[in-house]
Amino acid sequence: MLGMLAVALFLIAADHIDAPDVTNTTSDIADFYAFESEENGDNLVFVTTLQGLLSPAMTPMAAFDENVLIEVNIDNDGDNIEDLVIQMIPRDGKMYAFRPYAPESPGTTSTIKDDMEPMEVDITNYGESAKIGTKSGSKLFAGPRDDPFFFDLGAYTDVLAGNAPGFSDPGTDTFAGTNVLAVVIEVPKSTLGGSGTLNTWVETKKKQ
Amino acid sequence: MKYSHIILQIVLAFILSVSFSACGNDDDDDTMDTPMVDFSGTFGLADQKGRPAINTVFVSADRKNEFNTTVPSEMEDKFQMAFQDRLLALNAGYTTNALGLDAATFTGVLATDVLAVSTTGTTTFFDGTNVLTGRTLADDVIDVELLLIFGGPDGMANPGLTSDNVSANDKPFSNSFPYLATPW
Repeated sequence: MLGMLAVALFLIAADHIDAPDVTNTTSDIADFYAFESEENGDNLVFVTTLQGLLSPAMTPMAAFDENVLIEVNIDNDGDNIEDLVIQMIPRDGKMYAFRPYAPESPGTTSTIKDDMEPMEVDITNYGESAKIGTKSGSKLFAGPRDDPFFFDLGAYTDVLAGNAPGFSDPGTDTFAGTNVLAVVIEVPKSTLGGSGTLNTWVETKKKQ
Repeated sequence: MKYSHIILQIVLAFILSVSFSACGNDDDDDTMDTPMVDFSGTFGLADQKGRPAINTVFVSADRKNEFNTTVPSEMEDKFQMAFQDRLLALNAGYTTNALGLDAATFTGVLATDVLAVSTTGTTTFFDGTNVLTGRTLADDVIDVELLLIFGGPDGMANPGLTSDNVSANDKPFSNSFPYLATPW
C-alpha cells in the first residue's frame, strides 16, 4: 500500500518535471527520435511521442488534439533555422501528414499550406494492430504505443537532491509499463536535402 | 426533344453549381462525396524538443517555458551561460569530457537543442564510434549524457554517476514500421 502510494506520488512528480505551460496537456512532447529506416536505407524515420506516462487504463482515453500541429523541423544548411517542415495534424479519426516542404516563414508560428495532397492514415485505436498509411515512398502511423524511453528518473532525482550518492544497480525503469501517443513518419532521404547531416527537432504548435 | 435536352442541361448545371458552392463554402454537408478537410488557421509554438532530457536536466524551473518557446537559432545566446553554471553545479570538477569539449564549448552545443542526424552513415546517439548522428529507439541516451557530464576526459571519473543502470526498453522494438512496441 505504501509502495503504491509512493509510486503514484512519484509518477505525478515525474510528469511535472517538464515545463509548466505544457505539462499534462495534449501539446506536451515526451520524446523525439530520428534514425535511418531498418526497412529501407534510403529513408529516414522521425518518431514523436506525446502525452507520456499513460497507464494502460488511461491509454484508451488518450487522444490527439485537432488544435495541435505536430511539426518536424529540418535544417539542411547548418544554421539551425528550419528549411523544411513535415506537418502532422489529426482530423476526425485520421492523422494527416504534409510532406517535407519549405514553410512560408520559419519561426514560432506556422500555417499549413493547403494546396498539397496530404498523406493520411486512420489513427490506430488501443488494442488494434498498427494501421499504416503509405504515399510516394513514405509511411505514416499514429496511435498509442509502449513508451520507448527508459530511464531511472527516480534515482536521478534522488542524486540531484543529494539524497543518494549515485545511481542504484540495477536501476528501475520509471517508464516501464507505460504508454505514449506516437506519430511515426518515414520519408525518403532525397526529400530532405542537405549534404550528409541535418539538424532536426520537433515542435507542437497550438491553433491560435 | 430539343426542349427536354435544354431542360436536362439546365438541371445538370443547377446541380453542379449547388455542389460546387457547397464545397467552396466548406459546408459540413454529409451528402458530399468528397468532404473538405479544414487545415486553416495559425499555429503558435507550445513545446519543442531536439535531444533527450536537455530541458529536464539543464534548464531551471523558472525558464523551462522560455526554453520551449525560443527558436533553436537563438538558444545558444540565451541559454549557454545558464547551462554552463548548471553543468558546474552538477559536476564541480568538470574539465573536459570524452568528446574533448570544455565547459563553455560543451554547453554551447547542448544549449542549441537540435538533434543532428546523418543521411549518409550510421544513425546513433553514440555507438562507441559515431557520436550524435541521430537517435535510435534502443540508444541508451541517458548514459551517454551522464558520461559526458560526469565521466571526465576518459569517461572513468565519478563511476557511480555515469550510468543509471537501465540499459534497454521494457519491450523489444520491431525491425519493421512503425518500430515501436505495442502498448501495455
